[in-house]
Amino acid sequence: MSLVTEFETEAHGAEAASEQSIEGRSQWQLTWRRLRRDKVAMICIVVIVLIALLAILAPVFASLTHHPPDVTFPNTGTTSAGLPVAPGTNGFLLGTDSVGRDLLVRILYGARISLFVGVVTTVIAALAGVTVGMVSGYFGGIVDAVLARFIDAVLAFPYVVLALALAAVIGPSLPVIIAVISFFSWAAISRIVRGQTLSLKEREYVEAARSIGAGPWRIMFIDILPNLLAPVLVLCTLAIPAAIVFEATLSFLGLGIQEPTASWGNILSAAENYYQEAWWFVVFPAVALLITTLAFNLLGDGIRDAMDPRTERIFAAGRKQRRGRGRSSTDTSAAPAPAAPGATASGQVAG
Amino acid sequence: MVITRFLFRRILTGLIVLWVVATATFALFFARPVDTVARGLAGRAASPAVIENAVRQLGLNQPILTQYWHFMGKVAVGNLGYSYYNNESVNTIVKQDLPPTASLVAGGLVLWLIVGLSVGILSATRARSLFDRVATVGVLAGISMPTFVLGELLLLVVFLPLNEHGFSWIQDGYAGLSQGIGPWIGHMLLPWITLAMVQAAIYTRLSRSSLLDTLGEDYIRTARAKGLTERRVIYRHGVRAAMTPVVSQLGVDVGALLGGVVVVETVFGLGGLGQTAVQAVDTDNLPVIIGFVILAAAFVVIANIIVDLCYAFLDPRVRIS
Repeated sequence: MSLVTEFETEAHGAEAASEQSIEGRSQWQLTWRRLRRDKVAMICIVVIVLIALLAILAPVFASLTHHPPDVTFPNTGTTSAGLPVAPGTNGFLLGTDSVGRDLLVRILYGARISLFVGVVTTVIAALAGVTVGMVSGYFGGIVDAVLARFIDAVLAFPYVVLALALAAVIGPSLPVIIAVISFFSWAAISRIVRGQTLSLKEREYVEAARSIGAGPWRIMFIDILPNLLAPVLVLCTLAIPAAIVFEATLSFLGLGIQEPTASWGNILSAAENYYQEAWWFVVFPAVALLITTLAFNLLGDGIRDAMDPRTERIFAAGRKQRRGRGRSSTDTSAAPAPAAPGATASGQVAG
Repeated sequence: MVITRFLFRRILTGLIVLWVVATATFALFFARPVDTVARGLAGRAASPAVIENAVRQLGLNQPILTQYWHFMGKVAVGNLGYSYYNNESVNTIVKQDLPPTASLVAGGLVLWLIVGLSVGILSATRARSLFDRVATVGVLAGISMPTFVLGELLLLVVFLPLNEHGFSWIQDGYAGLSQGIGPWIGHMLLPWITLAMVQAAIYTRLSRSSLLDTLGEDYIRTARAKGLTERRVIYRHGVRAAMTPVVSQLGVDVGALLGGVVVVETVFGLGGLGQTAVQAVDTDNLPVIIGFVILAAAFVVIANIIVDLCYAFLDPRVRIS
């Protein structure tokens, strides 16, 4: 009985599939369909949009609470002992920081800076990384030898020490911090793009393009680039949280975004000495940062799974063996890239 | 002798990378107004005479190319220079600071491999299960938080309560192995956990995706077709082949971390290479910064060469060419 039903379902599925296949879908549409079935990824998208909205609306909160981000409230914002006041006192919803500023408003303003740093550094790193990687992989020869050694050199730089030294030498400011983080993020993207380009340039369609007289730049940007976008997108979603954490690390070492501008990094590093007296001072910014970076990281994983056409096949093979231990029809098998650069980057931030 | 030729080539390119790093570092820090360096050294309120004296002593008044030549000459024979402040050799400082850093990396490595690999393998064999979901979020939290917050939370939640109750085994700071293995572990335990929390995430991700990839290979199907037990298929055929990217990441990480685990060392006051580097940045002690940067780059380059060699031995499909 159940067998018949299964067959029927399968037959029905096959019919539906043949009907649908007439539409013809691009790689992106397929990816989006698969991603939409991934509940975790969809929740992540919603969370990221919400946080971006809150960041955009930060001035609204500031005017609603009458607590501008940079203004200290020595009378209402600190206790008689000079400590931050607890959440809910004197109209401070999440309490205050060490000098009596509204923590909620500062976290929302911090979101603007942290997201800005994350997105801008990632865009710069992706542009530089894709260009260098593609040129290096496509031209080969001496160009590749020089560029590949340069990429290796950047990857061999001890990240944190050099970032610190640079920030100290030039003086920490938003452009410097963005430049430093971008400089240490593009090489990882470059290395992977180079590897992909090396294999893509041997494909028939590139040969075809060459045979009709397309020049190298046309082939790179019209024929090869679209095929690189998928892995680069994944790398970007992983690079954004890494950059946010990197900024926080620089702040901890005293060379991140400087006061009075709020960033999650400098709020957290200011909270360092108040862990016991004012838990909210560390917990709320930490939660804000954790939710954001976690959402980007999980979304990156989700997109990677959705983009990999092998996922369903591998899962189907495994499912028979595992006697249905899995639950949905999409399985994960992440890209074969040996090192997710986002992950690598944050690993080195630890260093 | 394919191996010798391969080694020779890798060492040569490694040296080129080191030369680029050294030159870039030199350019970044020395190609700026001499006065900045000397003033940083002599103090803010120094008189012009004192500054001039400092400049002459350090050879900063010589042409930049002469300075570069001297600098590279010293680096080439393994002399990393001398601290501006007490004229201490950077090589001596390295000898003092390497043990805490190496202890941290060695212990952390064991922890993060145990956690990362076991969670990764379990996640891959139970993909999309509840365990997989929870484990993914759990380990991702490690790289989604700044390391200093993790470390300080551990100090707050573990170190302080334990010491308040007179249980003083777990400590911050560093105790060398010469003081006994007990105190050494007591001082290192929290730093190890902190480092492992960050690194385990990377290894979980890596081993999970690598094993999932491997389990889709034809030879796994063949192994199953032979009638091997699922356990044997996964552990003997799958995991073994899936380890190559893990080994390669491991080499790079160990190389990079040996150069100094800045944040963890600073939070726990271990005084390794990373913490000294931060202090050197604070005091504008250029020779120490440059020496450490070159040393750290050398670790990365050496680790990469070792990884390439291991790779060739681990995976017969990778040919040395």
